[in-house]
Amino acid sequence: MTFEDLLEQQAKEIARQQGLRERIYCCTAAGCVSSGADAIKKAIDEEIKARGVGAEVECCGTGCMGLCSKGPLVRTQSDGTIYAAVTPEDAGALVAGQGANLLADRKLDPQADFFIKQEKIVLANSGTVDPERLSDYIAAGGYQALARAVMELTPQQVIEEVKRSGLRGRGGAGYSTGLKWELVAKQPVDTKYVVCNADEGDPGAFMDRSILEGDPHRVLEGMAIAGYAVGAQQGYIYVRGEYGLAIQRLQAAIKQAERERLLGSRIFEDNFQFRIDLRIGAGAFVCGEETALIASIEGKRGQPRQRPPYPPESGLWGKPTLLNNVETFGNIAPIVAKGGDWFATIGTPTSKGTKVFALAGKIENTGLIEVPMGTSLRTIVFEIGGGIPEGRAFKAAQTGGPSGGCIPPQFLDIPVDYESLHKIGSIMGSGGLIVMDDTSCMVDVARFFMDFCMDESCGKCIPCRAGTVQMHDILQRITKGEANENDVALLEQLAKLLRETSLCGLGQTAPNPVMSTLNYFSGEYEAHIRDHRCPAGHCVLPAAASSNREVQA
Amino acid sequence: MSVRTLEIDGKAVTGVAGQSIFSVAWDNGIHIPRLCHVGGVSDVGACRLCMVEVEGQRKLVAACMTPVEEGMVIRTNTEQLLAHRRLIVELLFAERNHICAVCVVNGACELQDLAASLGIDHVRLRYRFPTLSVDTSHERFGLDHNRCVLCSRCIRVCDEVEGAHTWDFSGRGVNSLLISDLGEAWGESESCTSCGKCVQVCPTGALFAKGKMVSEMRKDRRFLKYIVTAREKHEWVR
Ligand SMILES: Cc1cc2nc3c(=O)[nH]c(=O)nc-3n(C[C@H](O)[C@H](O)[C@H](O)COP(=O)(O)O)c2cc1C
Ligand code: SF4
Repeated sequence: MTFEDLLEQQAKEIARQQGLRERIYCCTAAGCVSSGADAIKKAIDEEIKARGVGAEVECCGTGCMGLCSKGPLVRTQSDGTIYAAVTPEDAGALVAGQGANLLADRKLDPQADFFIKQEKIVLANSGTVDPERLSDYIAAGGYQALARAVMELTPQQVIEEVKRSGLRGRGGAGYSTGLKWELVAKQPVDTKYVVCNADEGDPGAFMDRSILEGDPHRVLEGMAIAGYAVGAQQGYIYVRGEYGLAIQRLQAAIKQAERERLLGSRIFEDNFQFRIDLRIGAGAFVCGEETALIASIEGKRGQPRQRPPYPPESGLWGKPTLLNNVETFGNIAPIVAKGGDWFATIGTPTSKGTKVFALAGKIENTGLIEVPMGTSLRTIVFEIGGGIPEGRAFKAAQTGGPSGGCIPPQFLDIPVDYESLHKIGSIMGSGGLIVMDDTSCMVDVARFFMDFCMDESCGKCIPCRAGTVQMHDILQRITKGEANENDVALLEQLAKLLRETSLCGLGQTAPNPVMSTLNYFSGEYEAHIRDHRCPAGHCVLPAAASSNREVQA
Repeated sequence: MSVRTLEIDGKAVTGVAGQSIFSVAWDNGIHIPRLCHVGGVSDVGACRLCMVEVEGQRKLVAACMTPVEEGMVIRTNTEQLLAHRRLIVELLFAERNHICAVCVVNGACELQDLAASLGIDHVRLRYRFPTLSVDTSHERFGLDHNRCVLCSRCIRVCDEVEGAHTWDFSGRGVNSLLISDLGEAWGESESCTSCGKCVQVCPTGALFAKGKMVSEMRKDRRFLKYIVTAREKHEWVR
């Protein structure tokens, strides 16, 4: 395909879509599917057939529209309205164009904070293009950034653009993406690889999954641009095996792109060639760590190894390897299309662009959101998230999953960016955001995450393998009222040991949830240990061996 | 061979480019504790006992995995490092069932020696007392999982020196377990050549020779040097 062909296809598809009376978008992402979206799509399709309006009304599945807790969601293109809690019985009204009248009670207000306080770059197409149709992506301007890169820019210029954007890795550590690309590009070796990390192992996180399910071509385009910039001809996407739909859509997308010569050889009639293959992981959290992921692709046991050498120098099969997260790649096409300077206007001085978060826990609007970096936690939780249900009090927000920390109410107004979160003992992480109210016991939260790390430790190094077990044991005893002050001192020593001596990030950050809760909620630890009382009323403890018991007796 | 000069524990020392901190220290009489390193096979940096401080670096580094650089100032014995090492050894004692009094290598065990040299006289952690088995199906050797510290020396020596790759780990985390072939009994392993190298490199009594009583077994690792010298220099010298 040439650039002219691409523009022609775009114009043709736009004209086709505009010729329709209605295009009904049915969210078929995991959240809505679990509340019955498939049946709705089927009902609408049948309704279109029954009424014989196939020429003027079209129904297509899309990626996540964000407000998962109100699903299944359906959007009508003619007026842009999103309807909540749709049922198959609504198909008739929607196809007849009567949604505005008949489903008025379930219309979501487009001026609600949930919508207007967000800014969508990575998720721009999620909910507006059919992820199974390449032409939808092309209609939305897809693959034009790749065309621009290959036809107009040198690899160095692409890297400059990414550097100017200030984009930082969205997989957790926040390393400058432009610098990473430059490191790989500089290696004087012929064979290089581009790897997309779609392992997404944090409990409760579904950002990467939503991006892959909702807009797979965006990730492919980002990877192809990366391949051009660093001089790689082969890319791999490492997806966890549990993500069946994402895998299916990626496979379909790769085939479509290859058929149109947007991947493969002679892309845009240039000498640039780039292939992408999938590698399916077995769902081990540690396989998201870059060196373990590489070992897993190589067919070895998924265990981390010492860095340096870092993957840009020696990665997959010992070759220079560019490894980025799904969301990081999702930002690339817009950056190349609109320029790094545009991207750098969004966000804070050190954290540019937007961040996708998966809102979960005790929050009204659970779902998927994208906000400019620097948005305050208060805005996210109370305006976009709609606050805490049942009028309960906000107690903490957990970011960064098992590597992150709990943020208490006094920090609700900090801007959410890499540095600020780090300063208060948490991390940006990959985007999980769990909100807790006054019924959550912080000791038990720490125990939950330590249990996760203990299960997911690969076992290679002693501090993490044996240390997480001991830390978990102590936390469990605290929640059962079987611990004393010495145990807390030991817990702190173990935390220090794991942080400073573990081989990989899993062990190094495993103590974070413990340390942040000890820091901000030490009173809860004391209550469990000294008074055998759980202030949140969550843990069941035997009565303290104090005078209380005598009074009762 | 380009030379690197550096300082370890206040002592000016030299090494060659590419040599690890661990090896340069050892050459100069500074014995950094270790369990997973054994001369003659590759290093994995798994036990974390050889972590040292390098001036100007924020993080501790594993001495066995870090090449020396010109002008490095290294400390191997600070209070903090000793505290970390003690806790690591305590973690090992609490992890499985290390009963020295009934062990074939009592008195010649690297784990025991480590505990003694670090002054460990009690373990502050709760013992886990896991239920683990003993594999005595091999004609000449035995494997007692209770004493295994998962250092992977046996795996590496069998793979890299003997070329058999009989050993590997199954499971992960605290459930990691040393297995022969695909989990068959050692005696039924088709790849094992019964060379006994794994037994000799094992730091504890986990891999042992049959027919030895408590405290009777002594391990001999000189063969490794012999083989490696032969490979690298083509000289058959002990
Ligand atoms: C235990 C562990 C798990 C990780 N899991 C993921 C993951 O699921 N997805 C991801 O993108 N990065 C994960 N990372 C971070 C990766 O190692 C790596 O830093 C990242 O993929 C780099 O991409 P980026 O620069 O685009 O962020 C994990 C790191 C550790 C230590
Ligand atoms: S820190 Fe944990 S997960 Fe990482 S290498 Fe060590 S044992 Fe494995």
